[in-house]
Amino acid sequence: MTGLARVPAAFEPAGKRPRRSGKFALRFWSVRHARLLERVYAMFERALIGSAPLLKRIGFERLEKPVAAVERVTKGALFDCRMCGQCVLSSTGMSCPMNCPKNLRNGPCGGVRANGNCEVYPEMPCVWVEAWKGSQRLRHGTRAMAQIQPPIDHRLKGRSSWLVIARGEHSSNTSRLS
Amino acid sequence: MNVIAMHSPDVEEDPSAPLPELPGHSSRGRLERVLRRGEFAVTAELNPPDSADPQEVYDRVAVFEGWVDGINATDGSGANCHMSSVAICALLTRIGYSPVLQISCRDYNRIAIQGNVLGAAALGVCNVLCLTGDGVQAGDHPDAKPVFDLDSISLLSVIKRMRDEQRFLSGRKITSPPRLFLGAAENPFAPPYDFRPLRLAKKIAAGAQFIQTQYCFDVPLLREFMTKVRDMGLDQQCFILVGVGPLPSARTARWMRANVPGVHIPDSVITRLEGAENQRLEGKRLCIDIIQELREIPGISGIHLMAYRQEELVAEIVHESGVLNGRQPWRRGTTLKSAVGE
Repeated sequence: MTGLARVPAAFEPAGKRPRRSGKFALRFWSVRHARLLERVYAMFERALIGSAPLLKRIGFERLEKPVAAVERVTKGALFDCRMCGQCVLSSTGMSCPMNCPKNLRNGPCGGVRANGNCEVYPEMPCVWVEAWKGSQRLRHGTRAMAQIQPPIDHRLKGRSSWLVIARGEHSSNTSRLS
Repeated sequence: MNVIAMHSPDVEEDPSAPLPELPGHSSRGRLERVLRRGEFAVTAELNPPDSADPQEVYDRVAVFEGWVDGINATDGSGANCHMSSVAICALLTRIGYSPVLQISCRDYNRIAIQGNVLGAAALGVCNVLCLTGDGVQAGDHPDAKPVFDLDSISLLSVIKRMRDEQRFLSGRKITSPPRLFLGAAENPFAPPYDFRPLRLAKKIAAGAQFIQTQYCFDVPLLREFMTKVRDMGLDQQCFILVGVGPLPSARTARWMRANVPGVHIPDSVITRLEGAENQRLEGKRLCIDIIQELREIPGISGIHLMAYRQEELVAEIVHESGVLNGRQPWRRGTTLKSAVGE
């Protein structure tokens, strides 16, 4: 496929290429170490909730930009995070669903190739094949994968999911972690 | 039945009128009735014309008449542009056919989709198939913007909400809800295989009442899938129609598995076609053989025939496979009573 034929998905930042499984990418490492990351995130989440009064004193709106910037860099490196602002990583085996060119948040489409690669980007392993592998390493991974995710709220794009947790506004519909 | 028809025997009853309500039914359509009666149902896929002439739709659909219980009007399948599914369904309901509206998340956002659902229901559409849709790279407009605002599962939940709670996704009230029989697709033949039954469960939880699967050319793989489905009790919660179709030749089969997203064709199928003197005939025989095997698998409620550019074979396949068990699906001229079978 030529470069021209590639259409960026809604959440695909310019210059970001689909990941090949053969090349080292932290995204695949994260899925392989989903259990470890789940533990780290659980601790981090407790810390976030614990520091909520302090964050509130500083002002959540004032923190939005710097925290989102840190989140973008950290999660960008670990998960190729697209900053949808409503993170569901722990429901998707630590494989970011916004890397799916169809932005599917509830499971794979019917077009997954026999080798487990993406229909749209033949060189990239399907985000949901990875998600299924990752979920099997989590404590309640299968149950989390069975949760129905609501349609995405496009207003939250670019905003920090961490501050959502700190504010205690994470909806019961989406998963708790990250 | 409208008032004029009841009073004047000379005036034919209105074929586009919805059927009388039945308790426990979500729609007033024929497909739901056939399935709920426990019949082995047959649906077929209509290849939509690249034309603005309604006659082309009627010509294409004529070959299905009296052989199928529902006709799927595809929605830009393979990301190729054709006459819209809503329009085809509206044309078909006018003369009494039972169309299945396909909605693909690729092309519309939630505002357009919900508007279309209300419009289609107003035009007499009783069945909707909720799809994610093939990527734009697969079709004739790879330069198009892929929308994917919803996914097939959130789409199901949105339409279920419109029907059951009489509300848009926004929460705003709908005065008269769309009476729809909700369907979804499943592909048991694509990875991650272990997740597929769970995904089916998700679709049912989101609102799916019937399922039409991708082409089945690998019966053992389907059997494995169905075993898991039955273990989870999913076959009791929805009607599963398995996708089948005749392959015209080994060459086409090779092309399809390389180029049509989600189609899995085992080598044994291609070898069988290659070894045949008349590949087209062998393709039809293979399709009938697969249907016979499917009928023996518990939990399968029917078949979905996709005979792309070989639509004329649908009647032969249905007839020769005997799937209808002597039942006669609706055709023009059958009265309301005989069509409903009550």
